[in-house]
Amino acid sequence: MYPRIDHQSDKPILDVHDLHVRYNGRTALEKITFHLHVGERVAVVGPNGAGKSTLFKVVAGVLPPNSGEVTVSGSQPSVHSCIAYIPQRSQVDWNFPVSVADVVMMGRSAKLGPLNWPRKRDWEFVQHALETVEIADLSGRQIGQLSGGQQQRMFIARALAQEAELILMDEPLSGLDTPAQEGLLDLLEVLRGDRVTVMLATHDLDQAARHFDRIMLLNLRIIAFGNPAEVLHSEKLLQAYGGRLRTMDGQEGLLAIDDSCCDDGEHDHVHN
Amino acid sequence: MSFLLEPLQYEFMLRGLLASVLVGIVCAVVGSYVVLRGMAFFGDALAHTILPGIALGYLINGGTRDSLFWWALGTAVLAAWGIGAISRRAQVREDTAIGIIFAGMFALGIALISTVRSYAVDLSHFLFGDVLGVSPHSLWLIAIFGGIVLAVVAAFYKEFMTLSFDPVLAMTLRLPVNLLNNLLLGLIAVTVAVSLQTVGVALMVAMLVTPAATASLLTHRLPSMMGLAALFAALSGLIGLYLSYYLSIASGAAIVLTATVFFLLAFSWKRIKPV
Repeated sequence: MYPRIDHQSDKPILDVHDLHVRYNGRTALEKITFHLHVGERVAVVGPNGAGKSTLFKVVAGVLPPNSGEVTVSGSQPSVHSCIAYIPQRSQVDWNFPVSVADVVMMGRSAKLGPLNWPRKRDWEFVQHALETVEIADLSGRQIGQLSGGQQQRMFIARALAQEAELILMDEPLSGLDTPAQEGLLDLLEVLRGDRVTVMLATHDLDQAARHFDRIMLLNLRIIAFGNPAEVLHSEKLLQAYGGRLRTMDGQEGLLAIDDSCCDDGEHDHVHN
Repeated sequence: MSFLLEPLQYEFMLRGLLASVLVGIVCAVVGSYVVLRGMAFFGDALAHTILPGIALGYLINGGTRDSLFWWALGTAVLAAWGIGAISRRAQVREDTAIGIIFAGMFALGIALISTVRSYAVDLSHFLFGDVLGVSPHSLWLIAIFGGIVLAVVAAFYKEFMTLSFDPVLAMTLRLPVNLLNNLLLGLIAVTVAVSLQTVGVALMVAMLVTPAATASLLTHRLPSMMGLAALFAALSGLIGLYLSYYLSIASGAAIVLTATVFFLLAFSWKRIKPV
């Protein structure tokens, strides 16, 4: 059987203490200390190269830190199969010959155990996950035929099939149009009832403020971590983004424009 | 009808047909992973790297062929894991490291074989295959080891698919990723050893890559990709051998050329009528 571990319910779902990560000879993360409560929604905001993907990969237990401690429900991440990492869409081979249902079923590989093929119950589980994310009608499609929003929903369904309790989403909103973004954020609200904890990396401060319990402002270290009103002060944002951010006080509160965009290689840490 | 039956009166022809169909199927299934994971260069390198092993067996056994399978198998498994380990730790780019190793080993193989007088015929059999020289004993080995490869692929189907599509998912599911990667390298190695007699080391990569690539143009699901690839590979084996018989061209080359024609047809069809 693949490893499985009991959760200690008195421990935080995620506890990170004095984490340091160096990558290719430069500091990727330093002095990271925080913890998350079960069921929380946390947005991780910061410029490119701030270490968002690195933090997620360390939390997921696929990238070992140089020092510091990460525990998930009281034990190290690498023994848990309840952590779902949803990759950036640019990291996925969308021509891979698999259907939507195939990808969601991959989430059950660990639960199935070695040498077992999916049974009827597993396919029902997959079907149910696809219904939850409202793409059950697309289950037979090849994954490249989905829209950006549907692709993210498929990965959320895969996390549900995995029976994930901590979902790490790496910039799932990038490249989606506004209705697709709002639809995805509404879906995360629906999942709140299942006590699933969500960490989501984003560039959109406004959405982060409207949809998340807490915001982590990250740039190699944690600049600020708290509820949106506490975190979104212009001096803290300037500290996180340096000169790359322009802020203005709009009618609906603080608007922030992030000049930096897209990939810079910080997402390529894991080699098989 | 006699056109099809005439070659079958020769037992070596029957064995050759069986061997090339079996090898085609095994190569196509394993080759599907090679194509999806972008390991074509690794497959080509691995095939060339086993030449010194074959050469050693050839020198030690004084030219008998039947034991060469074991030499090929041993070298292939060692080389697969060796290349895997070196390319993970190397200070140079992975493809550069593989290129250096495979060219060096290939040269060593040729040097060893060239110490034997009149080596040219045997060398060309190792390089380009000699499917009509398959003995009953070799045919059994092909069937048994090919069967083992297919059984392992079936047993770890979902793990290999998960690992190939999303290695990070495989890691967060805590699948034994290193073990599975090495198992897959091992399967490619066994496939290379099994295919040695039909296409030889120089053309091996075509059997691993071409039928699987052809199938990938025509389907969107992994099981049907493997099935179609196996069909194209088996047909290439059959048609290639008949071509070789009637046109008197080298069998390995005929098989690979047939597979290439299938690929070009699929490619053109896709261009004209996109799915």
